[in-house]
Amino acid sequence: MTNDEIVLAIKDIIASIAPDEDLSGLVLDVKLREQIELDSMDFLDIVMELRKRYGVQVPEADYPNLATLQGCVDYLAPKLASKQLATSKMA
Amino acid sequence: MIDRRYYKGSSDGKRPLTRDPLAQVKSRYDVIVIGSGLAGLTAANVLAKLGRRIALLEQHYNLGGMATWFKRKGGHVFDVSLHGFPVGMIKTCRRHWNRTISERIVRLDGIRFDNPQFSFETEFTRADFSNKLVEVFGIERARVDQFFAHLAGMNFYDDPGATVGDLFEQHFPGRGDVHRLLLEPIAYANGSNMKDPAIAFGIVFSNFMSQGVYTFSGGTDLLVREMRAELERNGVEIFSDAAVESIAVERGRVRGVQVLGRFLEAGAVVSNANLKHTVLSMVGERHFDRDFVAGVQAVRLNNSSCQVYMGLARGQTLAGNTDLLFTSTREAFDADSLCDFRGQSRTFSFYYPKTRPESGRYAVVCSTNAHFADWANLDASAYLREKARLCEEALAGLERYAPGIRSKLEHVEASTPRTFAFYTQHWQGASFGTKFEGLRYSLELSSQIEGLYHAGSVGIIMSGWLGAANYGVITANKVDAWMAAQLSPSLVPKA
Repeated sequence: MTNDEIVLAIKDIIASIAPDEDLSGLVLDVKLREQIELDSMDFLDIVMELRKRYGVQVPEADYPNLATLQGCVDYLAPKLASKQLATSKMA
Repeated sequence: MIDRRYYKGSSDGKRPLTRDPLAQVKSRYDVIVIGSGLAGLTAANVLAKLGRRIALLEQHYNLGGMATWFKRKGGHVFDVSLHGFPVGMIKTCRRHWNRTISERIVRLDGIRFDNPQFSFETEFTRADFSNKLVEVFGIERARVDQFFAHLAGMNFYDDPGATVGDLFEQHFPGRGDVHRLLLEPIAYANGSNMKDPAIAFGIVFSNFMSQGVYTFSGGTDLLVREMRAELERNGVEIFSDAAVESIAVERGRVRGVQVLGRFLEAGAVVSNANLKHTVLSMVGERHFDRDFVAGVQAVRLNNSSCQVYMGLARGQTLAGNTDLLFTSTREAFDADSLCDFRGQSRTFSFYYPKTRPESGRYAVVCSTNAHFADWANLDASAYLREKARLCEEALAGLERYAPGIRSKLEHVEASTPRTFAFYTQHWQGASFGTKFEGLRYSLELSSQIEGLYHAGSVGIIMSGWLGAANYGVITANKVDAWMAAQLSPSLVPKA
């Protein structure tokens, strides 16, 4: 997966968690919680979906790495390097 | 085979088993969930959707745990704990159950306080509470804003040393009336008192303050029916009337459960039973470190409850639109007195036809917090006498708001801490799980015994409908992560 695809993958997961949010204007380096309504339970859902869709484990101590989209890319890039992008429709 | 069963409508609720509740059971599951309270139900559903093979075992004939209801002759249906929950429940149900469930969650119309110190209706939101604090209580708006800002900034990892009492004194010193406004509803929601950690109050209060109080349109019976249907669609095998006797542990790892004389093997076990019951009786002390056992023994159970259920005869109605009424005849506020045997404070939950549009019936449930010890040792005649007193006090209290109510009622019945203990098997009839210190032991269970997890009311925070459901999600995530790591060791996060 490329970095752009990782952003797509995360956005697709967020879309399934927060279907009412408009994700088109999300920027990379601002905390997700400051751009859309996400609480700690939503981050847990993101972690569960990452494991379900891509087999990626994110231990609790690493949750802060997912605070921004750029953080997600930096943290997940090595873990997702060999994975194919899956959207919720395909998963 | 256990001969103790619950029987609908009987005086002691028991009957012998006439069939084998486990006739269809398989010998092995990925995960066995013990108990079908909202935490157990939600954990089972999340894990099933993640592809795990799940058995859900419930000792009662109904699913739901404390999220329960009962029916009485004459078409009466009484909800036991459907008093109101925060808006977050909509998102939790939409995400982890389905839209049929989440779309039935509606906001309560009227919440009212009435006691010798103040009397008003409120939306139970931050905006409305702020206005009341300024206009009714004469507090400076800046102080009110500071209080809410303090709550918003609270973190779970904050110093738990500060108590609810400290928090209130810091922001509203000497204002017993304000303390009453802030604590009384939360004390009914989760058993909090002034000595509990401020963080436990802060999180729950903030959840309610975000958008008011919500309920499930259709009643608890419909909610649980929809949840059962969803579990079945996701492949969860459900066994009610199946009381687990023990959790099997070998060499520090969970192996399965012993239920109705059978052994069922499981990769992981999630207990939705009370934490102390899980550790000290279902698993047994010998499987844990001595310090852990001592810690669990020292965990305090939260208080229990008394309730009086009042059903109006067909065709009778109640005026007004108050859904929740927090009322007291006690002059000044004293949090400990909320559990008094002869308490003067009670909450009335009014159920209108909007709750169950099909039935068109009205019901009122009066709730008081209570201590198990006050009820535990009454002999049979004293017990009946005290239950009759409870009913009489509830009726007298209700008459102040609904004159002539007695002539409209067709069914009046009381439950006590003994009732809760009997039906839920919670030690001492605990209505809200454990006090704050229980959370740590609940979260650390799997570090003592591999594959053993807890999801249930603990630590005040993980209590109530939303807290319990969310804790089910949190625990399901931990179980799934652990199981994924078992299957594929390369996935184990490097420390």
